[in-house]
Amino acid sequence: MAGKVITVTSGKGGVGKTTTTANLGIALARMGKRVVVIDADIGLRNLDIVMGLENRIVYDLVDVVEKRCRLNQAMIKHKQFPNLYLIPAAQTRDKTAVSPQDMVNLTNELRPDHDFILIDSPAGIERGYRNAIEPADEVLIVTNPEVSAVRDADRIVGLLQSSTKAQPKLIINRLKPEMVRRGEMMSAEDVREILSIKIIGIVPEDENVIPSSNNGVPVTLNEGSRAGVAFRNIARRLNGEDVPFMNLDENQGLFARISRLFGGGS
Amino acid sequence: MTTFLDRLFGRAQSGSGSKAKERLQVVLIHDRFSLPPEKMGELKAEILAVISKYVQIDHESVDISLEQRDRLTSQIRAEIPFVAGRQVADPDEDVPDFVTTSNPAEPPPSDQ
Repeated sequence: MAGKVITVTSGKGGVGKTTTTANLGIALARMGKRVVVIDADIGLRNLDIVMGLENRIVYDLVDVVEKRCRLNQAMIKHKQFPNLYLIPAAQTRDKTAVSPQDMVNLTNELRPDHDFILIDSPAGIERGYRNAIEPADEVLIVTNPEVSAVRDADRIVGLLQSSTKAQPKLIINRLKPEMVRRGEMMSAEDVREILSIKIIGIVPEDENVIPSSNNGVPVTLNEGSRAGVAFRNIARRLNGEDVPFMNLDENQGLFARISRLFGGGS
Repeated sequence: MTTFLDRLFGRAQSGSGSKAKERLQVVLIHDRFSLPPEKMGELKAEILAVISKYVQIDHESVDISLEQRDRLTSQIRAEIPFVAGRQVADPDEDVPDFVTTSNPAEPPPSDQ
């Protein structure tokens, strides 16, 4: 079966696209899937450092497109998961070095031997975004429950509606359940209602994420992390499993504590 | 007002979260339908101008707004109350009779 190309995009920068791509790549690889993650943010390479692979880059995406190396020479094998590869972005070039058709050709070459090809899109809606979107079978839009991020996500939904792509799915990242409870942050349901697209994941704010990036070990490998659990759940949903959304209210509130005492919650 | 029960079971409706949602819903309709607020203002003014040719509008209570139905359709919801009493001038009264009542010249019959 040919692999599926999934692009992670957002419109606004800084909402967690790279963190999401890295974690979904790792989580899918941990499930035994054959995965390639591609950093399409040419000139602003980042996926390598978040995944702890920054010291092993020899060739990059632009080298492949300009035929200075074979595709497999630019694929960096992950230290822990031999079924996970990274194709890094070029750091010294700009987005015009790659065309949307180049991305289609590249992913078509990867499809036969991999189950999932994840593309980390740059922010914005220009050339780099179009490169990342063109080969996608499925698009994941990452947003934060915050006005500017949601407005930009809506722009992406609108752009995708005029193309032939499948309906995009939404990842709400950095949700703070405690602020939602106080009414000082939009809830996941508020954001879903505004954008009227399907949610594939809700990732709570988690202080483990930054140390994980610091160490180059994505948070989904941290068993105790709630963001890690959320990313693993999204990976399972991408794989076609029906996984219920986690209860973000657990650990807080008297009722949750009492119900946990009696074995409720999970 | 946030009651104790709201705090216990739900979330406050008065916080900045619901404000964010309301503001986004308005701005996204303008974004999606390329209808910026000033155009919407013109549209409202024209609607009211047309209606006031026939009835006396109660301008204090007029409410014209955009409402989203789904991503691709929106609707204009208009509450335009008008009051009884004052006669509004016949919109046609300034127009000479021969223009409004006579039929426009018919095109010459065609043989085709």
